[in-house]
Amino acid sequence: MKNSSRRCFLLTGTALAAAGCGERKGPWRALAQDEVRTLDALCDQLIPADQDPGAHATGVIVYIDRQLAGPYRRHLETYRAGLAKTKRLFEQTPDRLAVCRRLEEEERPFFDLVLAHAMQGYYGNPRHGGNREYASWRMLGVPVTQVRGRNLYDLRKDGA
Amino acid sequence: MAYRQVDAVVIGAGAGGGVVAKELAIAGMTVVLLERGRWVTPFDCRKDDLRNQRTSFLGASFGPDDDRHPRVFVDRQGRERVVRPSDSPYSNNAACVGGGTASYGAMAWRYMAEDFRMKSKYGALEGSTLDDWPIAYDDLEPFYEKAEYEIGVSGNVEPDPFKAPRRKKLPMPPLAPTREHEILKPVAKRLGWHPFDIPMLRNSVPYNHRGPCMRCRWCVGFACEVNAKNGTQNTVIPTALATRSCELRTDCMVKEIATGDNGRATGVTYFDARGRVQTQPARMVVVCGGAIETARLLLNTKHRLYPNGMGNRYDWVGRNLQGHAYPKAVGLFDFDTYDDVGPGAGIAICDFNHGNPGLRGGAMLANEFIRLPIHYVGTLPPGMPRWGQAHKDYMRRFYRRSIAVMGPVQEMPLFDARVQLDPRVRDAWDIPVARLSGARHPHSVEIARYVVTKAELWLKEAGAIQTWTQVPGLDLSGGQHQAGTCRMGNDPKTSVVDRNCRVHDVDNVYLADASVHVTNGGFNPALTILANAYRVSEQIVKERRRA
Repeated sequence: MKNSSRRCFLLTGTALAAAGCGERKGPWRALAQDEVRTLDALCDQLIPADQDPGAHATGVIVYIDRQLAGPYRRHLETYRAGLAKTKRLFEQTPDRLAVCRRLEEEERPFFDLVLAHAMQGYYGNPRHGGNREYASWRMLGVPVTQVRGRNLYDLRKDGA
Repeated sequence: MAYRQVDAVVIGAGAGGGVVAKELAIAGMTVVLLERGRWVTPFDCRKDDLRNQRTSFLGASFGPDDDRHPRVFVDRQGRERVVRPSDSPYSNNAACVGGGTASYGAMAWRYMAEDFRMKSKYGALEGSTLDDWPIAYDDLEPFYEKAEYEIGVSGNVEPDPFKAPRRKKLPMPPLAPTREHEILKPVAKRLGWHPFDIPMLRNSVPYNHRGPCMRCRWCVGFACEVNAKNGTQNTVIPTALATRSCELRTDCMVKEIATGDNGRATGVTYFDARGRVQTQPARMVVVCGGAIETARLLLNTKHRLYPNGMGNRYDWVGRNLQGHAYPKAVGLFDFDTYDDVGPGAGIAICDFNHGNPGLRGGAMLANEFIRLPIHYVGTLPPGMPRWGQAHKDYMRRFYRRSIAVMGPVQEMPLFDARVQLDPRVRDAWDIPVARLSGARHPHSVEIARYVVTKAELWLKEAGAIQTWTQVPGLDLSGGQHQAGTCRMGNDPKTSVVDRNCRVHDVDNVYLADASVHVTNGGFNPALTILANAYRVSEQIVKERRRA
C-alpha cells in the first residue's frame, strides 16, 4: 500500500500521471469534470475578465483543485455540496451574477471559502497553479521578477 | 546510549534560547540546545506569499507542522475547537532554529522607561493584573546595547524625544527612505510629532560579515534571501556552535523537565528526531520556548512538591497571556505611494506611547510592511464589495496608491487570559497540548480606538482621499508577540520567576523568553527578549562562578 502510493506520487510529476493512478478520471486531482465546470464559472463571476484576464484565464480552478487534493482536503465535502447547489441554480437561470448573490446569502460558508480560495489563486504566487503568467501582478503594476530584490538604494544617502 | 551530564540544557533555539546558549558556551559551560523545529533557509519558503510565517493559508512553513502539533482554542463564548499551526487562533510563533527571528519583520525596539512601571505610573486597573516589572529600564539598558551591537541593528532613533536614555547610537545607519517614508515624514513634523527611522535588526551596510538588505518585497514572514536580516540563527547560534561546547539538537520535542527527589531539575526528557525518548542530564535548565510552549512545559512538569506544575504553587503559570492589539488606519491616495522598495516599514512615531488623556499607555505608530497583493485583497474601505468587477477595479486602481499606519497597543494583562493543559487533546508524542482561553481587556481596545485616530489623522494630513480604520475586538490576544505567562516578580505569590528569571521554587531552572514579561510595551518585543536573555545569562554565569 505504502509502495503504491509512493509510486503514485512519483508518477504525478510525469505525463504518465493519469494512466498511473487508477481511479483518476480526467486531468483534475480532487474535483470531477462537471464540478470543475461549475466552479470555474462561479470563480469567473468573482473575478471577471475585462481588459485584464479573469479567474478562468489565469488558472484559478487549477489552484483550487490542487489545494483540494492537498492542504484544503478538509474542505472537499463543503465544495461538493456547494457546487451541486450552484449547478442547480445555474441551470435555472442564465443570470450568473444573481446566482452568486444568492449563494453569498444562502450558502455563506461555502461562498466564503470559494471567494478566499479564488483570491489566493488569482493574486497569489503562480507556483501553486493560479495567476498564470503573473497576470494579476502585471495588472497591479508589480514587477514580476521573482529572483532578485530591488537594489535601488544608495548607501551614501543618509536616511535620517 | 545515555548522554553525559552537561552544565545546561537550553530549550528552544529562538530569540531567548539562542542568546543564552551562546553566552553560556563562551563562558566555558557545556550546553545542549534543543529545538523542536529545524534549520530553515530562504529556499524553504521561496518567497511564497501563500505559505510563510505571516500568511499560512497553505501551511506554516517555519513550523511546527500542522499534523503533529495541535492546540485547543476556547473562544469568548466558551466554544472550544482544535486548531492547527496554520490557523490564526493558534498563535503560532514559528518552530525553527532562530524561532521568530528567522522570519520576523525585525523591528528592534527598546521599551520605554515607563513601560517597566505601568502600575506605578497609572495605578491599578479594575479587572487587570497590571503591575510593575521587578527590574527597571536601567537594569536592561546595557543589555539592549549588547543586543543591538551583537545581533546588529540599523536605524536612527536620535530624533525621538520620548526614548529612554541610551549611551550609544545604533551600530548601523538607517536604510534610505522609501516613498511612503518621504510622504509621511514632513506631514508628521507639520502635525508637531517626532518621526524617525525605525530601528531594525537588519543590515543597512555590511555588518557581522554579511551584506546589506537588498530591499525586496518579501521581508516580514520570510527568511532573508541575502541573509541581511539578523536573528539568532545567523549570529549567536553559529557563535555558540563554534565554541564546540554547545551542541544543537534539532527535531527534538521536549516532554518534561526531569526532576530529582528534592524537586530540583536533573535534566530534560525529550523525543528525538526519530521519536525515541531521550534524557539529557544537566546541572541546570533554561526554558525559552515562547510564552505558550514554556507555560505548557512547566505545567507538564509535575512533581510531588509541585503537583500542579513547576513554578505553579500559586496558580500563576500560564496566566496573563498577552500580545498586542494592532489597530490600523488605511488611506487611499490619488498618486502612487508604492515604489516597490522593501522592507516597507521605515518611519515611526512614539508620540502616543504614553500621556494619552485618560488612558494607560498607548502604541508606537509606524507605516506597514509591504502588503503583497494577497494581503491587499481584504484591505477594503467600508462598503466596498468583496468580489466582482468593483473589487477588481479597486485592486487595480489602489494597490499602488495606499498607505497603512498601525501600531502595537500595550495590553492590560488579564488573569484569565491563559494557557492551560487540555484534559483530552494530546500531540503526536502523547503530550497534553496547550489550551488557550480568555479575552482582551476592554481598556486595551479603548486605547487602540484612540491611537488609531492619530494614525488616521496622519494619513488625512498626507492627502489621503479616503481613510478608514480597523480596531481589534475583545478576542484573546497572543500571536507572535505572545508574552506574560510566567511573570517575573519579587513576590512568589504573584509571579512565577524572580527578577533574575529563576523559577521561585526551583533554584536551577531559568526562563529567558517573553513569558517573563510583566507587561509587553507598546512595541514589538524581540529586542527586549534578546536583551533580557543577555541579562539572565550574565546572572547564570555569575552564580556559577560564585558556586
